[in-house]
Amino acid sequence: MTNNEKYFPDMEIINSDIENKILNITNNTNFEKYNEYDVINALDKNDCSIEDFCALISPVAKKFIEQIAQKAKKERERFFGKNVYFFTPLYISNYCENHCIYCGFNCKNNIKRAKLNFSEIEKELIAIKKTGLEEILILTGESRKMSDVDYIKKAVELSKKYFKNVGLEIYPLNSSEYKYLHENGADYITVFQETYDKEIYKKNHLKGHKSIYSYRLNTQERALLGNMRGVGFGALLGLSDYKKDTLATALHIHFLQKKYPKGEFAISVPRLRPTVADLNINPSDVGELELLQIMCAYRIFLPYVNMTISTRERKDFRDNAVKIAATKISAGVSTGIGEHSNKKEGDSQFEIADSRSVEEIYKELKSQGMQPVMNDYVRV
Amino acid sequence: MEDKLKIGKYEFNSRFILGSGKFNLELVKSAIENAGAEIITMALRRINTDTDNILNFIPKNIKILPNTSGARNSDEALRIAKIARELSGADMIKIEVIKDSKYLLPDNYETTLAVEKLANEGFIPMPYMYPDLNAARDMKNAGAACIMPLGAPIGTNKGLITKEFIKILIEEIDLPIIVDAGIGKPSQAAEAMEMGASAVMANTAIATAQNIQVMSKAFKLAIEAGRFAYLAKCGKESNLAQASSPLTGFLR
Repeated sequence: MTNNEKYFPDMEIINSDIENKILNITNNTNFEKYNEYDVINALDKNDCSIEDFCALISPVAKKFIEQIAQKAKKERERFFGKNVYFFTPLYISNYCENHCIYCGFNCKNNIKRAKLNFSEIEKELIAIKKTGLEEILILTGESRKMSDVDYIKKAVELSKKYFKNVGLEIYPLNSSEYKYLHENGADYITVFQETYDKEIYKKNHLKGHKSIYSYRLNTQERALLGNMRGVGFGALLGLSDYKKDTLATALHIHFLQKKYPKGEFAISVPRLRPTVADLNINPSDVGELELLQIMCAYRIFLPYVNMTISTRERKDFRDNAVKIAATKISAGVSTGIGEHSNKKEGDSQFEIADSRSVEEIYKELKSQGMQPVMNDYVRV
Repeated sequence: MEDKLKIGKYEFNSRFILGSGKFNLELVKSAIENAGAEIITMALRRINTDTDNILNFIPKNIKILPNTSGARNSDEALRIAKIARELSGADMIKIEVIKDSKYLLPDNYETTLAVEKLANEGFIPMPYMYPDLNAARDMKNAGAACIMPLGAPIGTNKGLITKEFIKILIEEIDLPIIVDAGIGKPSQAAEAMEMGASAVMANTAIATAQNIQVMSKAFKLAIEAGRFAYLAKCGKESNLAQASSPLTGFLR
């Protein structure tokens, strides 16, 4: 623990230097100081330093978006070739104990709550399997009470029956719990920090386990200690200064990769989109240009990471972003509960902008010379 | 002149091994044809799929060389090799053991252990390695059928930056030395062959070229040219000028 936050009694404390490393740099970076020369210099180099990355996400770099995209595309092709990895999220429960003022699942929101039982989960899995997908991401709202670790473990076991690759996007756990879920078939976990700005984090996460900033920040490290093969990261862009959150997310991966070199790392770039809750928040400072700038800068600084493009974005943006910077695309997405087998039981976390089926996205990307990949993984 | 590449019990006319991981699959077949390749490598994890399985895009007469990409230690490499043998029938296995997600550099120690384990299980192990003489000797003693040193970190197209160390392997190790990874241009492939490499493997350089067919052909010709040059024994390089009409020829 690197500050005076009081952990809940069930929270594991690990001895980590990662938070300090991230915040020391992030808090001392002023993006206004970068000039055109810094951007050109960053684009001209083979190896992108932290300073170069800052230049690429600085305001002055926006006018170089074409050159930045060209460089990102080269990096993407070098590491990933033409491959685009397909997956879909499956929401199995939307009960949530958190009070995140921007989120549709917020426990104070009056939405229809649901939790699928195991036969309903299996029905959903079978419906998704029919679309040709081989990788699935199991999601729950952040309620340990309503979706405990054993419930998730059984969902993982069911998923393994139908899918080759099972990832989790669930509330943060202790390393022993990650170890348990890993042993039962899950290899990847994603937890979004939402924002790395402590003050804004506190204002947006009023209570519950999620209100503990450091416990959440150390989630990926606990997962790696629990033998998870790969970990995913993301800041909810627009919640705070997006440039600082972008830098902090990149540093989070940068430092964890140094500490756990065999881990696999993935990054998501969600922007705030309209939900029941966030009518009072203005996410307008992250437009498409800024979003692409951020994605490209990530690709140049962290060429080895997988990057997911969200269904929050419209289809043309997704189809192009996945050729330039992103490597993973969700398809046939439904963010409600129980919708894959045509029976909506619970409300959605957010509105999606690209509701195309797996087949539609597959055909579109194929026609553009990309290679859809349903599985690139073997469990060992 | 008969000049075959021998790996274990197999013989090949082509000395160009094509990687497959980064292609649009529709283009793989014509890349193989233009490259004249007889061996194509592929990650087992990429064969482990029901949609667009790369195996369906490879002509039947081409030798499949599965690799153990995704393995982080020798036990995982062995498990992957066994699944690969089940799925594709292959006994030649390219061993890749990697514990670094950023540079993807092979772990020579675990790779050596993997060579031994695979050899004991009847595989023909082809270890991808960092060019270190001692590790290469250990791999040979453990049963490797060839040694596959990297020219540069994979995917970088930086060419033969480990040249001097690969030369040592060529001189000292009595097995085919196949330069794998880092080769970005046909001229670099030719250089590797000239200095005595037995074969060259490439993927990124071809899969990311503007014209994949033509680049495949360019690599084929470069590898052949380099091989001929090696067989013909290049004239020696020298720092001293050797005039073809000596100035001092008049002396009695």
